[in-house]
Amino acid sequence: MHIVVCVKQVPDTKVIKVNPKTNTLDRSSAPAILNPYDAHAVEEAVRLKEQHGGKVTVLSMGPPQAVKAIKKCVEIGADEGVLISDRAFAGADTLATSYALTKAIEKIQKKEPISLVLCGKHAIDGDTGQVGPGIARRMEIPPITNVIKIENVDNKESKVEIRRKIENGYEIIQSQTPCLLTVEKEINEVAYSPMPNMIKAARYEPTVWTVADLDDVDKQQLGMKGSPTIVGKMWPPAKSEGAKLIEGDAKSQVKELVSAVLEKRELFAQKGGK
Amino acid sequence: MPEKFDVIVVGAGPGGAACANVCAKNGLKVLMVERGEYPGSKNVMGGILYRKQTEEIVPEFWKEAPIERPVVEQRFWMLEKESMVSMGYKGKEWAQEPYNNFTVLRAQFDQWFAQKAVEEGVLLINETVVTECIQEDGKVVGIRTDRPDGDIYADVVVLADGVNSLLAKSLGMRKPMQNEDVALCAMEVLNMPKGKINDRFGLEGNEGCSVEIFGDATKGELGTAFLYTNKDSINIGVGTTLSGMIRSKIKPYELLEYVKNHPMIRPYIHDGESAEYLAHLIPEGGYNAIPKLVGNGVLVIGDAAQLVNAIHREGSNMAMASGKMAAEAIVKAKQNKDFSEVGLDSYRTSIYDSFIGQDLKKYKDLTHTFENNPQYLNEYIPLMNRAASQFFTIDGTPKWDKQAKIMKSMTAGRGKFGVVKDIYQAWKVMK
Repeated sequence: MHIVVCVKQVPDTKVIKVNPKTNTLDRSSAPAILNPYDAHAVEEAVRLKEQHGGKVTVLSMGPPQAVKAIKKCVEIGADEGVLISDRAFAGADTLATSYALTKAIEKIQKKEPISLVLCGKHAIDGDTGQVGPGIARRMEIPPITNVIKIENVDNKESKVEIRRKIENGYEIIQSQTPCLLTVEKEINEVAYSPMPNMIKAARYEPTVWTVADLDDVDKQQLGMKGSPTIVGKMWPPAKSEGAKLIEGDAKSQVKELVSAVLEKRELFAQKGGK
Repeated sequence: MPEKFDVIVVGAGPGGAACANVCAKNGLKVLMVERGEYPGSKNVMGGILYRKQTEEIVPEFWKEAPIERPVVEQRFWMLEKESMVSMGYKGKEWAQEPYNNFTVLRAQFDQWFAQKAVEEGVLLINETVVTECIQEDGKVVGIRTDRPDGDIYADVVVLADGVNSLLAKSLGMRKPMQNEDVALCAMEVLNMPKGKINDRFGLEGNEGCSVEIFGDATKGELGTAFLYTNKDSINIGVGTTLSGMIRSKIKPYELLEYVKNHPMIRPYIHDGESAEYLAHLIPEGGYNAIPKLVGNGVLVIGDAAQLVNAIHREGSNMAMASGKMAAEAIVKAKQNKDFSEVGLDSYRTSIYDSFIGQDLKKYKDLTHTFENNPQYLNEYIPLMNRAASQFFTIDGTPKWDKQAKIMKSMTAGRGKFGVVKDIYQAWKVMK
């Protein structure tokens, strides 16, 4: 089975700074990493390949330096990687991004049919989770989100059984393949890459496609032009205020804490539901 | 059968990257393994990069390397509690090509420097720890890493794994470090606008200044503090021998706080915004601490080989130079197809014949002399300060009388004979 995994290079949001004036992310302040959810998607694809045979192709869109994220996927065990990189893609929102990626998947598909498309749940820089379902819609295959387990893969019948996370539990669904899955972190632990993969990745040069390499592209749907999304306003979450440091020895600290909590009447449900 | 390389370099710091670079340039198949997330992510130094040895690996590197500022002024401060005697040199010739030395931020520079090796064909693997050298019949034939299927083989393994070099230790090539042979340095990077740095240090444009600080900065223990200007940040740090720290019961971060709050230093750094806090060990044992440099199929370079000149705060240049010499020895060994200790021995002789061996030999007794004779720091620096204060204070005393008084106070503590002895001893270890 041939699995395509869509990945994104993102700034590490654990360390990123927000520009206090514009409230936009200062991308230069953080190192670029492979989106953590996508790493789980690649890991899952590699495990499926180990069980069922086949091939894992990674696809990404981004600036030329995003080849680094693809090399990281090869470390995890991906066989090949394609980066689509062109000025024409720049400034794309999720609509334009899903269009460009779909065009690239179509090209990959022509050479080798695809059984599954995997994506991470969302990218940690934008948190939208829209690109995966967007690709599925454009490819006219089922999108299945919040996947925590791929239970059964039946290549003969072109079927797959999936466990997905829902609000108060999980549901098990069956889908035809090809379909598109977006995965949660719980789906697996990304394994520590073996040395041969590391050496392969260090040598690997991902394929880079520009717009000209893709077929039947409507340029109006690419990049800034193809992006109807407008960001109206952005702001960091409000910082909580009024914290108080309780000092003294352990006994008096506990005493003061308990009486402070007891005074907060709103913390306790009152009789009659008030 | 796992893949075999000509050379495996353990550690992608300046020494490792220089060695890998020169090996690859000579057509060897090289693997470089780094434990950090990227080269430089774990590396610490005060921040001075020397031109000569860097240039020998990457000609005219200053045109593309991420350097901070070329250093045009070197200052030396002899500190007392509330005073200092200062001297230095500033020259405009250092502000233009080919420059003298530079300030750099290691996280950026090392990454770039390792990338130059990759461009020469070196295969770089990050985030991988080498746990031991694989030995067969008394020869090192490869490395074992912490990754699955982690064994890799090579004709020669170069240990550039830094000051602690557990690999050299486990091969029995070096002894455990003594507390007086290693300095612990704590430093901080303080962000500050470029204009403010230039105003405070009297600099123009991208000119840089380095300040080496002796005396009260280390509370009388053997060591130095430093202040280096980057583009828009300042490196401030202080280090003393581990033995000194233990003796005086100072914690490294307390010492750094003391330095930062010293009235002679505070005006230069106050309101700088703390960006990074780092600490590192520096091998300062010098000549007598140099380990066995060559074994069968293995070489030790840079900090791992204790190649640091503590007096002139040179380390990264010695790492690069030793890396280059190791590479040259490996190329020769490859031609002769002899990777035994004898076949690689030209590395050892090059080290001892070069400035590295010569300089370390020159100062070989210096650390111990200072360590055993605390009067150099505890008495003479305060004396210099008092002498300067007396001489420059205009109080109606004739200069002749002042000089006589200064001479008298000079010899008061240790006696005339003691002072002459100290001067002779200092001259002997420095000559």
